[in-house]
This record gives sequence, C-alpha cells and structure tokens, in this order.
Amino acid sequence: MKKYSAFSLLKNALSYHENWQKVWRSPTPKQDYNVIVVGGGGHGLATAYYLAKIHGITNIAVIEKGYLGGGNTARNTTIIRSNYLWDEAAQLYDLSLKLWEGLSQELNYNVMFSQRGVLNLGHNLQDMRDIERRVNANRLNGIDGEVVTPQRIAEIAPLINISRNSRYPILGASWQPRGGTARHDAVAWGYARGADALGVDLIQQTEVTGIRRKDGAVVGVETSNGFIGARKVACVTAGNSGVLAAMAGLRLPVESRPLQALVSEPVKPCLDTVVMSNAVHGYISQSDKGDLVIGAGVDSYNGYGQRGSFNVVEHTIQAICELFPAFSRVRMNRQWGGVVDTCPDACPIISKTSVQGLYFNCGWGTGGFKATPGSGYVFADTVANDHPHPLAAAFTVERFDTGALIDEHGAAGVAH
Amino acid sequence: MLLIYCPHCQEYREEEEFSYGGEAHIMRPLAPDALSDKDWGDYLFFRTNARGIHHEMWYHAVGCRRYFNATRDTVTYEILETYKTGTQPTITGANS
Repeated sequence: MKKYSAFSLLKNALSYHENWQKVWRSPTPKQDYNVIVVGGGGHGLATAYYLAKIHGITNIAVIEKGYLGGGNTARNTTIIRSNYLWDEAAQLYDLSLKLWEGLSQELNYNVMFSQRGVLNLGHNLQDMRDIERRVNANRLNGIDGEVVTPQRIAEIAPLINISRNSRYPILGASWQPRGGTARHDAVAWGYARGADALGVDLIQQTEVTGIRRKDGAVVGVETSNGFIGARKVACVTAGNSGVLAAMAGLRLPVESRPLQALVSEPVKPCLDTVVMSNAVHGYISQSDKGDLVIGAGVDSYNGYGQRGSFNVVEHTIQAICELFPAFSRVRMNRQWGGVVDTCPDACPIISKTSVQGLYFNCGWGTGGFKATPGSGYVFADTVANDHPHPLAAAFTVERFDTGALIDEHGAAGVAH
Repeated sequence: MLLIYCPHCQEYREEEEFSYGGEAHIMRPLAPDALSDKDWGDYLFFRTNARGIHHEMWYHAVGCRRYFNATRDTVTYEILETYKTGTQPTITGANS
C-alpha cells in the first residue's frame, strides 16, 4: 500500500493523477478462509481490519452483495457522540469515539472527523431532568458533557430559535464538545484500504445465500458465486441480520425498519455543530459541502424497502423549521432510506450464537455509524478469541433470556 | 403513504390514522408461571422479522379504535389483505 502524503500528492500531480495505485484489489475468492465477514459496510470492514491488524488473522474474506459501504454506511447522518446513559453502552461508544480521534492517522486516510460538538435539546421539565441525569452519568464515566442554558445554546448555534413563545420552547441541552461528524464513505474506504493492504480479500457483488453447517458448527457459506469454506463466519449485515440468522436456523430479537434522511441544497456555512432533539424529533448538521443534513425517525412498521414514508419526513421538517425558522425556505435536494435492525432495548447485539463459529454483530438500530470503529474492534476480539471482549460482554444475545437489558431508548436519539 | 383497508370500518383510510401493533398471531403463553426464562424471553422479544410476506397487527387509532390484522409484503409494502383479529389469513409466505 502506497502511503498518502503531501509528497505523494505532489508526485502524482506531475503525471496528472493518472498513476495512483488502485485503493484495493478485486480478488477471486479462495476455496477456504479462516474467517468470513458477511457484509462490507463500515462495521464489517472495521471487523476485518482489526482481525488482521490486532489479531494477526489475515486469511479473511469480506463478502458483500452490493458494493463496499453502499448500505447504511452511505445512508446515515454521520453523527458521532458517546453520551449514553448506562455504563456498558457509554464505555462501548466512548471506546469508539477515542478510536475516531486517531482514525485518520491510523488508516492514513482522511475520514474528515470533525469534533464540532453535539447538542441534545430539552423541551420540557422531564427532558431537562433526563439530560441532567445523563450528563452526570457521563461525567462519572469520564465522558465529557455539560448541561447548557438556552443563552449558551444561542451562542453555540445562533440561528436556533430559543423564544419562550414557540410551541416546544427550548429549556436547555446537553453539550458534548468531543462529539461531531465524519465523512461516512471515507470510513468504509479507509478500513477497506487498510484491510486489503493486510491481505484481506474484499469480495463484492457476491451475495451470501446460505450458511452451511456440520455437527452444529459452521463450515462455510453458500454464495451467488458458489460455496466458500470458513471456520468462522461473522455476520455484520444490519437490516438483513434476521435474514442471515434464518439461514442458520436462528432467530434474533431485532426488527428491520426503514430510517431516512435528507439533505438540502448547499448553502453558505451557517451551522457549525450538531443539533438533535428527541422531543420534537429531528436532528441536523451541515456538511463541509454546505448541505444541511437532516435525520428523520424510523417508520412505524417493519420494512426492507430502502425508502421511507412521506409523513415521517413531514414531521421531521416541521421539527427542523420549529428549531430553525430561517431554514423554512431552504430547498431539499435528496432523500433516502436505509434499513436498520432495531433491538428492543436500543442496544446492539455483539454475540456468539448456538452455532459454533457463527457470530453476529447487529441490532445497532438507528445509531450504528458512530460506533463503527469500536464495534469492529470489540467484534474482532470476540471472533478471534471465541469469547466476548470485556466491553462486549453485556451485549450478548443471552440478555434477552436473562432480562439484563440495557435500556438506551432515552439516549438513542431516534425513537424506535 | 399507505392506504389501509380497515375491515371494521370497511373503508380505505390513510396510514396516519393507524398505528402499528407488531407481529400478529403471537399467542400469550397460557401458563406463564411454568415457562422457562428462555421461553419467556422468546415470547417477549424474538420475532420472525420476515423479509417478504408478514402478518401484523394494526390499530385504527382515529377511526373505530379497534385492532385488526394485515398481510403485507415488507419489501414492496403492498398490503395483500386485511382481516379481523381471531380469523386466519388467506395468504401465507414461506416463513410466516
């Protein structure tokens, strides 16, 4: 892998940028691998990268039915934060945030991580009580956060409407300065490039159609291009996790729902932070290109179609116009939906299964993007050692039998 | 926007009049005390999450305020039939 640097940029400029090395190979699948990662999104590629980098397992294939990073990785609102309420979730998301902080250097790929801060607004007394509780819990976990007043909110985001006369007045917010946004595609591409350089085969346009088992253990996967053998199969397929589980005769406590987002036409810089509101239900930031990136809620019903309902968009736009009256005349450019696998407790499942050698990393629901590095890191450890990473131990699928749920509906940001 | 036929009102109404009730035909265990934690967890949390034909409950919140069931394709979102609670669907899929 050629290192990207100012020097390489200069050197390639001399040949009109026509001689850049391909970012990754397009290998023909081998007969057999140590580990197959099903799903070439951010989490799957991160899993493969850390398996190769930290655990020295390089005989790995990532099998992707479409193209790398073309699912929810390409369809989210890129918000990164770690202000979750419960210890288990907070530590997992904060591991992720710490990895984000060094990711561009680690991967030698600019993921455009921008720590512009995240505001979570409160609109009534109970919101404010919850925010104070969550901020205190965060600080006990060593996660930055403070409760801010409407005046401070107006300093951070001057366009926001803090009038007491609005329908849902803003009474305060939690503020996490270390939070922010990153470039969604770059994360997938950076991990893909890193994994490829370590010898991982990235196999695109190949759909897994079955999981072959023998005596209760995985022996490989059936794909649209034939059988590929593997001792371990790690499924990281977000909305289609239930479909993969069914191939192995398993059921998961997840339901797949469409989640949508939309962007406006590019406008001059006007919002240099991330604003989220659970109560009026919308979240917004501005990309470096200038588009306002707006997130909507999940549809109320199960769905695998990668599109959302218009009424959900309407509610979200109402919320955004309530918060930012100045945006009421901004025109929307594009709208899209991704299929997210929502869990009953709004926390992920990072788990072994009853099938030997089969692992699932799913249930991230509406908030998986921020967790991409941490998710890959702990899942790689779980797969490599056949034992949950300490930070993933609370997130096994058994918690739905024991009742040890981690209720993060309050901090999840999007109502499921 | 879905147009949903309410079998009680016998009319097509807009999606916003309804709320979703989750997977249909899940029987509440007759003897909950005798159930293992695993079986109870299964009843509470585990769903088929079908890709394709799915039987599900809907509640006509601003109409007759009654529950009914629908058979819907979760990929195309087409509602194939709606039927009253207590009756069986006429259309079934591979994993429903």
